[in-house]
Amino acid sequence: MSTVDTTRARRGRMGRLGAAAGVHAVLLAYTIIAIFPVLIVVLNSFKNRRGIFTEPLALPRTETFSVEGYATVLTEGNFLLYYSNSLIVTVVSLFLILLFGAMAAHALSEYRFKLNALLGVYLILGIMVPIRLGTVAILQLMVDLSLVNTLISLILVYTAQGLPIAVFILTEFMRTLSRDIKDCARVDGLSEYRIFFEVVLPLVRPVLATVAVFSMIPIWNDLWFPLILASSDATKTVTLGVQQFIGQYTVNWSAVLASLSIAILPVLVLYAIFSRQLISGITAGAVKG
Amino acid sequence: MTEIVEQAIGRSRTARRRRKTGGITHIAVFLAPTVLIYSIFSIYPLIESLRLSLFDGQPDGSAVWIGLGNYATLLFDANWAVRFWNALWNNLILFFIHMIVQNPLGLLLAALLSLAPRFGGTYRTLIFVPTLLSVVIVGFVWELILSPLWGVAEGMMSAVGLGWLYAPWLGLEDSALTAVSLISVWQYVGIPMMLIYAALLSIPDELLDAARVDGLSGFAIFWKIKLPLILPTLGIVAILTYIGNFTSAFDLIYSIQGVLGPPDYSTDIMGTLMFRTFFGQQTQIGDIHMGATVASMMFFIILIGVTIYLLGVQRRLTRYEM
Repeated sequence: MSTVDTTRARRGRMGRLGAAAGVHAVLLAYTIIAIFPVLIVVLNSFKNRRGIFTEPLALPRTETFSVEGYATVLTEGNFLLYYSNSLIVTVVSLFLILLFGAMAAHALSEYRFKLNALLGVYLILGIMVPIRLGTVAILQLMVDLSLVNTLISLILVYTAQGLPIAVFILTEFMRTLSRDIKDCARVDGLSEYRIFFEVVLPLVRPVLATVAVFSMIPIWNDLWFPLILASSDATKTVTLGVQQFIGQYTVNWSAVLASLSIAILPVLVLYAIFSRQLISGITAGAVKG
Repeated sequence: MTEIVEQAIGRSRTARRRRKTGGITHIAVFLAPTVLIYSIFSIYPLIESLRLSLFDGQPDGSAVWIGLGNYATLLFDANWAVRFWNALWNNLILFFIHMIVQNPLGLLLAALLSLAPRFGGTYRTLIFVPTLLSVVIVGFVWELILSPLWGVAEGMMSAVGLGWLYAPWLGLEDSALTAVSLISVWQYVGIPMMLIYAALLSIPDELLDAARVDGLSGFAIFWKIKLPLILPTLGIVAILTYIGNFTSAFDLIYSIQGVLGPPDYSTDIMGTLMFRTFFGQQTQIGDIHMGATVASMMFFIILIGVTIYLLGVQRRLTRYEM
């Protein structure tokens, strides 16, 4: 009796161990598939031409180590400028999305007025319909406003693109805030504006961070609008800059690999810092949806 | 999406019950920036594109109303129709490959992660890395790896005895679209994985414990309990895949293959067709009215997909209170 029990228990434990090994095997295999291409590009960007071609899978050794690619990129490409363009566009768009989005979400969640439901639905349309479909008219509009080849054109488009989802997430969250605090503030004689800036905004800070990380990726990585609205040398973003740089230097592999790495590395560093925030943001949004 | 609308309506009801807070100036001030920017740079261009598609450009720069003439040209003119149907068909194949590879793979990874294995967080973080990268970068990285010139893919396949299977997939008419689709799957599988993972986490433990007490195996629990509960999330993943197909897929194909969808239009999709039509390419002169027509067709195609989802799929999915 007891031997049967122990055999069964052992078999159960073996089964669990086997299952756990299977789970790890699949996850590990896919993790390698996910990061291998990134690693191989970054690794080879630190090699000379011979190293890149004769031993693409090896780590850079003393004979093959070289930063000639980076030297070419830094002297030939204007990557510092592209970086600052991307940074300006992303940061300003994010700031506007968060500020305006929070204001609108506050109005929709806090006050009763006639058009409330209608406005909510109107704004949600933007989540379903990609803004790119209006590109033809957006370009004409930017020509009319003399905003072509300015960073402002990109900022306006990205703000319009990011607002619907920001308003949606923030409204959902603001509805859960306690009314007592705001009513107390009203009794104390604070204006509605001060209630928003001094009471509501501090309370939604964590959600603002989530929306920020969430909205940032498509702005930083976009190719379509920089290509169409701001492709001049002075207004190129990193994504467009890398795309065109590679177009010109197709035969210079070290330079191509270095420019790719230059575009990848900051994203990876930021991700390493903010990954917890980002992932909890995505999963929190999903639970609500 | 109906639940979003319902939520919006429910929200207004609770709002109505609330105490009136005097004046409406501040409400207008809070709403104005969002409504203005969104209306001018998102909704107006969309409506204007629809309007432009009903006109035909004249050599003197004016435009003449021709009703649905541009649509007739796009659908029935021999030169246009062949490109349009080809692009739409390629888009549908792209969608199909994502549905049979990306989403099941996302489901598998999410299901494994939801078992809370050791290092689960690390796996999750690393698998999500490609999703963060610019499509342009992803495109070039894979172009290099698959390139016969560099030989990384070929070398690795030879190492495991599969060298004979290697072909320059991106350059061959039969395989280019599949190769591009799989690159896109590689990049975006993190999104369905995360959404499904979150849905699996939100299933209450009592439910799973009860099933375990009833003697269901792990596989049966997944198949009979977890999967039905996360069907609404799978529906959302499907519709997101469908919409993404018509928007972000352009960036990848433009970076790897260029705007003509080579070889021989085998990777031409609606996005590249719209770009080419609008801006012109080589022998073709750019045409805003036809460009707007292609964009409007994309709008209607997305609308059809969303409608099918709302009426056909989402209605039928039971939503469980969890």
